Amino acid sequence: MSAGKKHVSKSEVEHIAWLAHIELTEEEKELFTEQFNRILDFFRKIDEVDTNNVPPTYHVLELVNVYRKDEVGEPLPKEEVLKNAPRREDDFFKSPKIV
Amino acid sequence: MRLFELNAIDVVNGIRRRDITAEDYICSIIERIKALDGKINAFITPTFDLALEKAREIDKRVEKGEIVGRLAGVAIAIKDNICTLGIRTTCASRMLENFIPPYDATVIERLKREDAIIIGKTNMDEFAMGSTTETSYFGPTRNPWDLSKVPGGSSGGSAAALIADMATLALGSDTGGSIRCPASYCSVIGLKPTYGLVSRYGLIAYANSLEQIGPLAKSTADCALLLSVIGGYDPRDSTSVNIPLNDFFQGLTDDLRGLRIGLPKEFFGEGVEDSVKRHVWSAIHVLEGLGAVYEEFSLPSLEYALAAYYIIAMSEASSNLARYDGLRYGYRVEHDDADWSRIYARNRRIGFGAEVMRRIMLGTYALSAGYYEQYYLKALKIRTLIRREFEEALKRFDVLIGPTMPLPPFNIGEKIGDPLTLYMCDVLTVPANLTGYPAISVPCGFEGNLPIGLQAITKPFNEDLLLKISFALEANTDFTRRRPNLS
Repeated sequence: MSAGKKHVSKSEVEHIAWLAHIELTEEEKELFTEQFNRILDFFRKIDEVDTNNVPPTYHVLELVNVYRKDEVGEPLPKEEVLKNAPRREDDFFKSPKIV
Repeated sequence: MRLFELNAIDVVNGIRRRDITAEDYICSIIERIKALDGKINAFITPTFDLALEKAREIDKRVEKGEIVGRLAGVAIAIKDNICTLGIRTTCASRMLENFIPPYDATVIERLKREDAIIIGKTNMDEFAMGSTTETSYFGPTRNPWDLSKVPGGSSGGSAAALIADMATLALGSDTGGSIRCPASYCSVIGLKPTYGLVSRYGLIAYANSLEQIGPLAKSTADCALLLSVIGGYDPRDSTSVNIPLNDFFQGLTDDLRGLRIGLPKEFFGEGVEDSVKRHVWSAIHVLEGLGAVYEEFSLPSLEYALAAYYIIAMSEASSNLARYDGLRYGYRVEHDDADWSRIYARNRRIGFGAEVMRRIMLGTYALSAGYYEQYYLKALKIRTLIRREFEEALKRFDVLIGPTMPLPPFNIGEKIGDPLTLYMCDVLTVPANLTGYPAISVPCGFEGNLPIGLQAITKPFNEDLLLKISFALEANTDFTRRRPNLS
């Protein structure tokens, strides 16, 4: 295992998990902190490259703003839409408690 | 020859000429799967009943003298991240264990239009995140050449099904090598098309600026046939490119006179095992014997491709996989009376495996305030530099060649505990995804009984050249015709 610089602490990993809506056990927090530091250490290799005046490539195609006609199509039947819902009530998706 | 051994073109011709029936052939494939898949685990959801029904329908139409499609009767295995109407599509994840798509992906519509028969949905790394097919919720797929080895990934089920003759054609998807890696490790032909050539409508997204659906096949002609069916413009994918499809068959000769091959030194660098280099070099000499000329050169930015790839892929993944909250579909915990944010976080921790969680979280980090410029934006700028180098290189050369994988297939369990070591296996395949360029893996040798693949990369929309090289190797070596000993 490489010694590597410390990029993230355990509490930062907790924060990232909270942002990403993923619950973690204490053991997972420890493991991910260790793994993230090694992976981020590898990622920082890109710091070596001079990218001044280099534009980013978000996308490899030259396409911009592809529009379709705004026409009403045939929607999926309601039953089809709700078929995969883990919980439903009448014709609605049932969400967990929001407030 | 047993029916399950036939190539797609022979199946179609046989059915059209009424030398064979679709039903007999499909039955032979089903028997084969029943006999072998217990030990290989290539399929998550076989679709035998639907397949038989479709085969009988095709036979009836042939009897009546109707014209049947270009893939009439051919058993095709579909990677389980491609939506199939009414057939469970899991992404090899507990999150989607019970998900039944209400629509077909565009590629599936096109296969059906040509009378292909879906034989089953294949195993893969969860959400296509992996290079070994070990992260599947449904257990690892085993390499048919040696059951203790990985089949590559993430489309490992598709490649393993093919080489074990449990399917005649297969679809995979390739975000950082996920078609080419298992093609190399199982000794089949696998092609990642130019970004925009094949519609991604209905492909469950992992990193959408990088990925393409593509063909896997046991012969070059079959690969060309499948690509010609699935390729082409689709208004439902806004990144689909509206240009006419090339004729993928007309270039299938082994006359390579005048072909200029570039060999990037970085593809033969210190991380690549000598045995792999040796087999790739002997294939290069085969191509040379057919009239090609080669030259070594350098692509200096390749050194940074792997880090840039993973930063971009993870960032896109964190955004794409935000949709899995267990509300409209997907895994939902039994007791869900707590606060919504805790329920979502619990659905996701139980629904996702470790590698998926790792990539979502690292992507979240790379996109978060204070780190965005340092990681994500920087990686996108390196992507530009790599693109420029490839553009320049492909002015001098017609095609760039190297190994597909830096090492032969390794043991199941050997690398899975160490994510970074596993990421390193993708070092030769990710450049084609960063640039959007088409790339193919072709069988080029065996180290003992373990397959080695050669990778060729070329300019956008020049898939016909990749198929020509594949054809030349197929016609002048016997590697594509070898099969594992599975009794």
